[in-house]
Amino acid sequence: MKRLFSIVLCVSIMLGLGSAIASASPLELTMYFPVNVGGTAAATIERFTGDFNAQNTDVRVTPVYTGNYDDTITKIQTAIQGGNPPDLFVSLATQRFTMASTKMAMPLDDLIALDPEGAEFIDDFIDGFMLDSYVEGAVYSIPFQRSTMVMYYNKDAFKEVGLDPEAPPQNWVELVDYAEKLTNENRWGVGLALNSGSAQWAFTGFSLQNCTNEVGLMSADGKKVYFDTPENIEALQLWLDLQNKYKVMAPGIVQWTDLPTQFLAGQVAMIYHTTGNLTNIRNNANFEFGVSFLPAGRQYGAPTGGGNFYITSGISEERQRAAWEYIKFMCSTELAAQWSIETGYVATRESAYETDLLKQYYTDFPPALVAYQQLPYAQPELTTYSAAEMWRILNDNIQAAVTGEMTAAEALKNAQEQGDELLFDFQ
Amino acid sequence: MNTLQTTSGQRHRHWVPWLLLFPSLVIMLVFTVYPVVRSLFFSLTKYRLGMEAPEMIWFENYQRLMSSAIFHKVIANTIVFAMLTVLPSMAIGLALALMVNRKGRQVGFIRTSYFYPSVMPMIAIASVWLFIYMAQNGLFDQIMIALGLGSQNVLSNRNTVLPAMSVMYTWREAGYLMVFFLAGLQSINEEVLEAAMIDGATGIKSFRHIILPLLAPTTLFVSTIAFTNSFKLADHVIIMTEGAPNNASTLLLYYIYQQGFTNLNYGLSNTLTVIMLVLLLVFSLPRFFNQDRKIHYS
Repeated sequence: MKRLFSIVLCVSIMLGLGSAIASASPLELTMYFPVNVGGTAAATIERFTGDFNAQNTDVRVTPVYTGNYDDTITKIQTAIQGGNPPDLFVSLATQRFTMASTKMAMPLDDLIALDPEGAEFIDDFIDGFMLDSYVEGAVYSIPFQRSTMVMYYNKDAFKEVGLDPEAPPQNWVELVDYAEKLTNENRWGVGLALNSGSAQWAFTGFSLQNCTNEVGLMSADGKKVYFDTPENIEALQLWLDLQNKYKVMAPGIVQWTDLPTQFLAGQVAMIYHTTGNLTNIRNNANFEFGVSFLPAGRQYGAPTGGGNFYITSGISEERQRAAWEYIKFMCSTELAAQWSIETGYVATRESAYETDLLKQYYTDFPPALVAYQQLPYAQPELTTYSAAEMWRILNDNIQAAVTGEMTAAEALKNAQEQGDELLFDFQ
Repeated sequence: MNTLQTTSGQRHRHWVPWLLLFPSLVIMLVFTVYPVVRSLFFSLTKYRLGMEAPEMIWFENYQRLMSSAIFHKVIANTIVFAMLTVLPSMAIGLALALMVNRKGRQVGFIRTSYFYPSVMPMIAIASVWLFIYMAQNGLFDQIMIALGLGSQNVLSNRNTVLPAMSVMYTWREAGYLMVFFLAGLQSINEEVLEAAMIDGATGIKSFRHIILPLLAPTTLFVSTIAFTNSFKLADHVIIMTEGAPNNASTLLLYYIYQQGFTNLNYGLSNTLTVIMLVLLLVFSLPRFFNQDRKIHYS
C-alpha cells in the first residue's frame, strides 16, 4: 500500500513537474496595436487575445497598446533599432509599401503555402480589402480593423425642409441641391473633415466617384500618383464650391473628431465619416439618422482604410508560425463578426456575413449593412511608397486650396510635382 | 610615516577634482557630446529606415533644405512663434512676480495657481486648448458667436493658427518665468529700496530705476530660457494641428519629428537637428557675451 502510494506520488510529481515545465516556457510573442477610434476596441483585442492564449498553452501573445497609427510606427521603429522588435503588429494597410521597402515586415506567402488551410483562408477575405495587402505580388499583410466611408444624414432635418428622409442624395447634383435646402443660419448642409490625415481619405472617395478609368489617385504598384488629372481638379473644385460658391459647407478646415460632434449637435445635416463611428452616433443621436452610400459622381466610389496585421521580418521560423496562427485566430469568421459588431469596423471575411451573429445584427440595425453593400465600389485610399510623406503632400496642398492660398488646379499641380519627386527613387 | 601621508595627499589633489567631475563628464559626453557628433555625421548622409548603411552625400541635405519652400516656411513659423511668445510671457511673468512678491497667507496659494500651468504636461494643455479653440462649439468660438463675430475656427486659418497657439503657450510659460523673477526680486536688498524711497523714488520710478536694473541678470537668464524653450516645442503641434493648414503651424522641432519618425528619413532629420542647434547657439551666445557687461550684479 505504502509502495503503491509512493509510486502514485512519484508519478504525480513527475506529471506535475512535466506540466510545470511545459507551462513555464510557452513561446512569448509581443504584438503592438494602435486604436484610432474611441470606444472599446483595445479591450476587445485584449479579450480575444486572452481567448487565444487559453486555447494555445504553448504560445502566449502579449498585446501592447501603442497609441494611434503614427505612434505605433514610431514605437516599432524604435524597438527595431533597439534590437527588440515586436513579433507582429497592426498598422495601416497603406503602410505596406513602406513596410516592405524598409524591411520592417516580411512577406507571408511561405506561411500561407505551408498552411493546409492557407489558400482557403486568404480566398475568404473580401476582395476590396485583400487588394490592400500586396506588394509586388507578395502578400505582406492581412486585413483586420478595416473601415470605409459612408454618409450619415439627419432625417429630422430632411423632413423639416421637405426632403424625403428615406431618399438621401444619390449624386453630386443632388448633394449640392439638398445641401442648399438644408443650410440655414444654424446649420450647414454638408460636412467634410479636411485636417491632415483626413482630407486625403475623403478625397480618395471623390476622386473615385469622378474618375473615368477606375484609376483614382495612384497606380496599383504604388509607384505613380495622378493628382492633377482634370477629373481630380474637378473633384477638388466641388469641395471649394461647397464652401465658397454654394456656401453649404463650413469654410476652412473642420477637424475629423469635431465633425461627428457637430452632426450630433444638429449643426450639420450630412457628414462624410467612417463606419467606425456608427456605434457612437447610434448611441448619442437624439434625432433620427440615416446611413447611405457616398453620392456618386460619374459612378459610386468610396475609400477603404484602416489597419492590417503584419509580421516583423527577422524573427525565428517558430515565432513566425505562432504569429501566423494568432492572426488566423483573430481573423477567424466568428471573431471577425464579433469584432465588427463591437467596434463598427467592417467584417473582413465573406463567411462572417453568413454567421447568425452578423445576420441578426443587420436585422436589428439595418444601417450597419450599408458599408458592406458599398464595398464593391470601394477602393484603397492613397497608397504609395513613402506613404506618410505622400499623404502629407496631398493634405498640405488640399489645405492650401481650401484656405485660399491656391486654386484647385494649382494645388493639385503642385502636389503632382512634389509627389513625382518623392517617388523618383522607386521608379 | 609622515612623509608618505603628505605625498599621497598631494597626489590626491591631482585626481580628486577629476574624480568629482567624472559622473557629470560621463553624462555630458554620453547625452550631449556624442549625440551632437552623431547628428553632425548623419546630417551629411542619405539615411532612411531599411537602408543597410548611411550613404555619404555631404551637403546635399543642406542644399535640398535651402531650396525647399516648406523649410523656409517652417523657419519663419518658428521665429514668428518665438517673437509672439518670448516677450509677452516674460512681461506677464514679471508682472505676476511683482504681484505675488509680498508676504501674506493667501500668497502661497496664488503663487501655486500661477505656476500650475507649467507643471501640466504640454500634451494635456494642448488637449484642453484644442477644445477651447474647437470650431463652433469651443469656448472661444462660442464667445465670438455671442459677440456677433461668428465662428472663427482659429486653428484652421493660416493667419490665426500661430497667434492662437502663442496665447496658449504664453499662458503656460508666464507662470514658469514668474518663479525666476520672484527669486530675483527677493534677492534685491530691501535697504536699497528703502534708501530710494527716502530719496523720493516711489512706484514706477523705483521700478524703472532700481528694480529693473537689479533684475538684469535674472532677465538675461529668463530671456535665454524663454527663447530656447520656445524653440523646443513639438507636442502641442502634434495634438492640435499636425502643422495644418498647409504647414502654417509647423514648427522646427515638429518638422524634425515628422521627418525622422513619420517619414523615417534619418539623414534629413539629423540635418534639421544640426540647423536647430546652430540657430540656438547663434541666438543665445551673443546675449551672454554682449549683455554681460551692462549687467549690474549686486
